[in-house]
Amino acid sequence: MAERAMIQAEGLVKHYGDTVALDGVDLAVPAGSILAVLGPNGAGKTTAVRILTTLTVPDAGSAWVAGHDVLHESAAVQRNIGVTAQDATVDGLLTGRQNLVMIGRLSGLRRAPAQARAAELLEQFDLTEAADRVLTGYSGGMRRRLDLAAGLVTRPPVLFLDEPTTGLDPTSRVRMWDVIRGLVGDGVTLLLTTQYLDEADELADRIVVIDHGRVIADGTSASLKADTGGARLEVTLSEPSADAPAALGPFVDGAVHVSHDGRRLRAPVRTQGGLATTIVRALDRAGISVDDVEVHQPSLDDVFFALTGHPTEDAPDGDDELVPVAVAGGAPR
Amino acid sequence: MTTLAPPVPVPSSPDLRPRPAGVVRKACDVAVLTGRNLVHIAREPLQLSDVTVQPVLFTLLFVFVFGAGVVLPGGGTYADFAIAGLLALNLTTSSMGTAVGLSTDLNSGVIDRFRTLPMWRPAVLVGRSLADLSTAVVCAVIVALTGLVVGWRPEGSVGETVAGFAIFLLFSYALSWGCACLGMVSKGPESAQGVGLVILFPLAIVSNALVPTQRMPAVLRFVADWNPVSAVTAAARQLWHNPNPSASIHAWPMQHPITAALGWSVVLIAVFAPLAIYLYVRRTAD
Repeated sequence: MAERAMIQAEGLVKHYGDTVALDGVDLAVPAGSILAVLGPNGAGKTTAVRILTTLTVPDAGSAWVAGHDVLHESAAVQRNIGVTAQDATVDGLLTGRQNLVMIGRLSGLRRAPAQARAAELLEQFDLTEAADRVLTGYSGGMRRRLDLAAGLVTRPPVLFLDEPTTGLDPTSRVRMWDVIRGLVGDGVTLLLTTQYLDEADELADRIVVIDHGRVIADGTSASLKADTGGARLEVTLSEPSADAPAALGPFVDGAVHVSHDGRRLRAPVRTQGGLATTIVRALDRAGISVDDVEVHQPSLDDVFFALTGHPTEDAPDGDDELVPVAVAGGAPR
Repeated sequence: MTTLAPPVPVPSSPDLRPRPAGVVRKACDVAVLTGRNLVHIAREPLQLSDVTVQPVLFTLLFVFVFGAGVVLPGGGTYADFAIAGLLALNLTTSSMGTAVGLSTDLNSGVIDRFRTLPMWRPAVLVGRSLADLSTAVVCAVIVALTGLVVGWRPEGSVGETVAGFAIFLLFSYALSWGCACLGMVSKGPESAQGVGLVILFPLAIVSNALVPTQRMPAVLRFVADWNPVSAVTAAARQLWHNPNPSASIHAWPMQHPITAALGWSVVLIAVFAPLAIYLYVRRTAD
């Protein structure tokens, strides 16, 4: 029998009535690594986490966490996992400290170690000042940090974070990332779900993209980006110019899209040294004045679009619809 | 820029080995969750109004309004008659708190947290029932004190007086398991409360709690005489040597109210506690 990964799922299927939440999902997270499960709302991410954390029974398929079968050895699995779910799973009427002590006690710790561990975690997560305040006085970011701390009380070797930064403001989000990065140093195996491509890019060793309950891509951030090809050029002109697409022709690698006001152009390009300079010079020679030139490396948004044919939740919704312009001569092939 | 210092593993970490699973672990889980629910009650004392304000209000209203009009077969004052019944009424209606509390928990994320912990699952229910038992004690004390103010006197021995209260608390504990089942099958706290009222108010009222059953229509009187609330109330009246018109009724529970009250409580617990645990496991299994 092949060695099982720290988190391993095979052929997970889950239906809710007529809705298919998971349609045969395989996952494998080797010990000490971070897997990001990436997908839009309703892709099945939370269902996968619920199955792996013993909260939900799959209709078909099997899963093992830390070597234990999630279906038949749920108590053993529970002893090895920490969970931070999408909805805050801390008790809003208790203080931060009371929450952590309660979780420690319910995990089987004696009173004194549970209290010591709570104090340690409150310190670690910068919550000492708010420790004895009831949660109703916590900000969203503080609650999330407490929720994460709650998953770490017994120092579990396996952690599940279900959308740990959804709904946080950008500052709290970056703080949360720092916290999550810090965890991995301890050799923890981590599975996190996210709708944010930059989050997956930032934190994960490997990324699994799921959509409509199926895995549609599996790889490293770099390999996924490589799959979508080259970079993207965006040029903003001072004045609209009908000549601009033709002037860009030699550099682009496909159709040039132009915005309605004619000032913004977008096109796929192959990256090369000095590309921006070359483009500005070419436009200048054509008598076109340029406000801005940007060469974007492919983002995971592009990956997602390439894989699913629809953009993710937080992708800009085509701002003011760039329309393709046929370019005579096109790009050299 | 205020970035959070990256968490560093603390060298002198507490011993995080869990105690082995067993009866002690289970008792601990129950104690922890009972404590949690008591903290909730302390944080939101308004929720306690049904065991603090309501008993005082009911006692005063019933004793002075009904007391003026009710003539007891066999004599005695209405205050002496009514306190056992008012305790029954208040404890019966306040047992709804169990349904509302559990339903609130079930609709919050915290239940998911509990379910991912290696704890004894029924502790959630047992902890709730014990916390609610403690509010029942508060309720009983308040009704008794109000009763003493309006002229109620238990005439039995100290042991009999205490036994009367114990029978009430046991019954209240049994009812809270029934209400736990209700909490488990209702969609949310509001519907638990709504359905609870519809069940518990008739249960409390169609009984000998507030008026003697002698002059009720036959069907209603049959229901009242076999109603567990009547048995418990009659048992307390007997133990407290208060007026107990039900003693002259031939229905078996009215002739043997203490046995009937204990029997009902045991049966209710035996039926509803396992049912509640079954419903809890099923409800939280997806």
